[in-house]
Amino acid sequence: MKPTRFIDLVPHIVLIVGVLIFAYPIYVTLIGSTWDSGTIGRGGLPLWPGGQGATNYAQAWVGEAGERAMYTPVRTMMLNSLVMALSIALGKIAISILSAYAVAFFRFPLRMAFFWLIFITLMLPVEVRIIPTYKVVADLGLINTYAGLAIPLIASATATLLFRQFFLTIPDELLEAAKIDGAGPVRFFIDVVLPLSRTNIAALFVILFIYGWNQYLWPLLVTSSGDMETIVTGITKMIGTGESANDWHIIMATTVLAMLPPVAVVVFMQRWFVKGLVDSEK
Amino acid sequence: MATVEIRNVRKSYGPVEAIKGIDIAIQDGEFLVLLGPSGCGKSTLLRMVAGLEGITGGEIAIGGRVVNHLDPKDRDIAMVFQNYALYPHMTVFDNMAYGLKIRGIPKAEIRARVDKAATILELGRFLDRRPSQLSGGQRQRVAMGRAIVREPAAFLFDEPLSNLDAKLRTQMRVEIKRLQDRLGITSLYVTHDQVEAMTLADRILVMNHGVAEQIGTPLEVYQRPASLFVAGFIGSPPMNVLDGRIDDRGEAVLLPGGQRLPLPRPRATDAGRPVKLGIRPEHLAVAAQGFSIEVELVEALGADTVVYGRLPDGESLLVRMAGIPTVRERDRLTVAPQDGALHLFDAVTGRRVE
Repeated sequence: MKPTRFIDLVPHIVLIVGVLIFAYPIYVTLIGSTWDSGTIGRGGLPLWPGGQGATNYAQAWVGEAGERAMYTPVRTMMLNSLVMALSIALGKIAISILSAYAVAFFRFPLRMAFFWLIFITLMLPVEVRIIPTYKVVADLGLINTYAGLAIPLIASATATLLFRQFFLTIPDELLEAAKIDGAGPVRFFIDVVLPLSRTNIAALFVILFIYGWNQYLWPLLVTSSGDMETIVTGITKMIGTGESANDWHIIMATTVLAMLPPVAVVVFMQRWFVKGLVDSEK
Repeated sequence: MATVEIRNVRKSYGPVEAIKGIDIAIQDGEFLVLLGPSGCGKSTLLRMVAGLEGITGGEIAIGGRVVNHLDPKDRDIAMVFQNYALYPHMTVFDNMAYGLKIRGIPKAEIRARVDKAATILELGRFLDRRPSQLSGGQRQRVAMGRAIVREPAAFLFDEPLSNLDAKLRTQMRVEIKRLQDRLGITSLYVTHDQVEAMTLADRILVMNHGVAEQIGTPLEVYQRPASLFVAGFIGSPPMNVLDGRIDDRGEAVLLPGGQRLPLPRPRATDAGRPVKLGIRPEHLAVAAQGFSIEVELVEALGADTVVYGRLPDGESLLVRMAGIPTVRERDRLTVAPQDGALHLFDAVTGRRVE
């Protein structure tokens, strides 16, 4: 009895400690966003909420001048981030589901060559091809545009592979039954493949939305005007370097706001997300 | 409704020839069963008729029209698959209606046709359900409903009952038979189950290694098997096959054990020829003289009894007797074939000797 108790206890302790480690910084941020800059600046941030929350959030949202600097309003940055994250997530899903459909269901010359080409791009993250990509985007005049933010990040080998693996589990007979029913490739895709993939699409949407939302390096390069700032790059620009003092209360409020959309996506899509990871609904 | 003609059809996968020239004309409304062990090419042949496999050589005509180069959808056929192949995300109604919807048939007519098929198949209560909410037998009925609503020239069944349990299989077999009698649509039915073949077929095409061993009515195939393969494949338990030789006057078959079985009619031309002698277990009966066997195993099936016997020279001999067992293991028994129950096959080619 006793050893079992002890063995039961250990994972719980590890779990609780883990949760505290992950949750504490978020708690500090949350608290920090409710105090005035003076309190934070003195270095003595209390662990209970202060009374400045509403003011801080309002200030961050509309982008009024802080005490020390002028920022892009959070609402602009949130909109930019949202457009970018949605374009990347939806674009990636659209492109990868189509290429996976081609690779999984059609026999065409060089099919496996194309498959491996897609596969190999897995090894080339954005950072590796960033200079040529920047050159192309600049030449196309896409600097400081939503297209420039999203398009270079849309191609996705990972999503293509995931969809391909899923498509391979669709029985051949289903395709044959559809052929006999008279459905061509496009109808089969729309009427059968898409509905069957919807849990996978939902799961991927969650992952890719967060991936898009958290993009840092590429938006930093491809945007130069405050109007096109995304929230992730915006936050880092708020934090001055060296000796300069920072409006920590505004930065923390902005950070909390930046967390909200990904959290919302996860919360609302949770049911689908888990379903997509767990079963294939067949 | 239409005829289906298969003319010298061949199929090769690279150097491997899966189907080596099959010829058969299926009449309008006929129920043809393709029977054979797995890997004999029967499913491939069916899929070639459906248009799911290319045709290497020969011609397939449905309703008098050569369909070699037509897409499956243009061949006017409907197919029922072994694993049902229902669209998992569609309701029973939508599953049945899908093919009609694609063909642009008006909504009201789709409704009418699906309702009619659902009534025939007793699926009316399930039209709003998903396939995952149905039992195996119900799913199979939906798959058949999907074929029926199309009102095709021919039905193609690819082992439709092999995923069902034994009881359901018997039940569905009867339903398929009734359905086909009622609709009178030309049907090709692939199976490896001889009972399905015997009960459903107007004619059976027995296939082995891509060759048609025999084409005939179920009784022809049972009574006059064209080869040793057919003889062994049809009938349960399988036919006894013994090595023998026709005697010098062509009047009887001599067996290594010394028995002499008179032939129904003399065959002077075959005198001295080595043969394989086939006797069905159900055509052996206890007699005063004949084969003397030692009983090794007795299987009581209730309605009849299968006795596994061993001949003095070590060969085994199966006897099927009516009723409950009257013998026990290690008993000695003398059995003899009924008149006209001997099948002779060429010792080398295995073809029937008439």
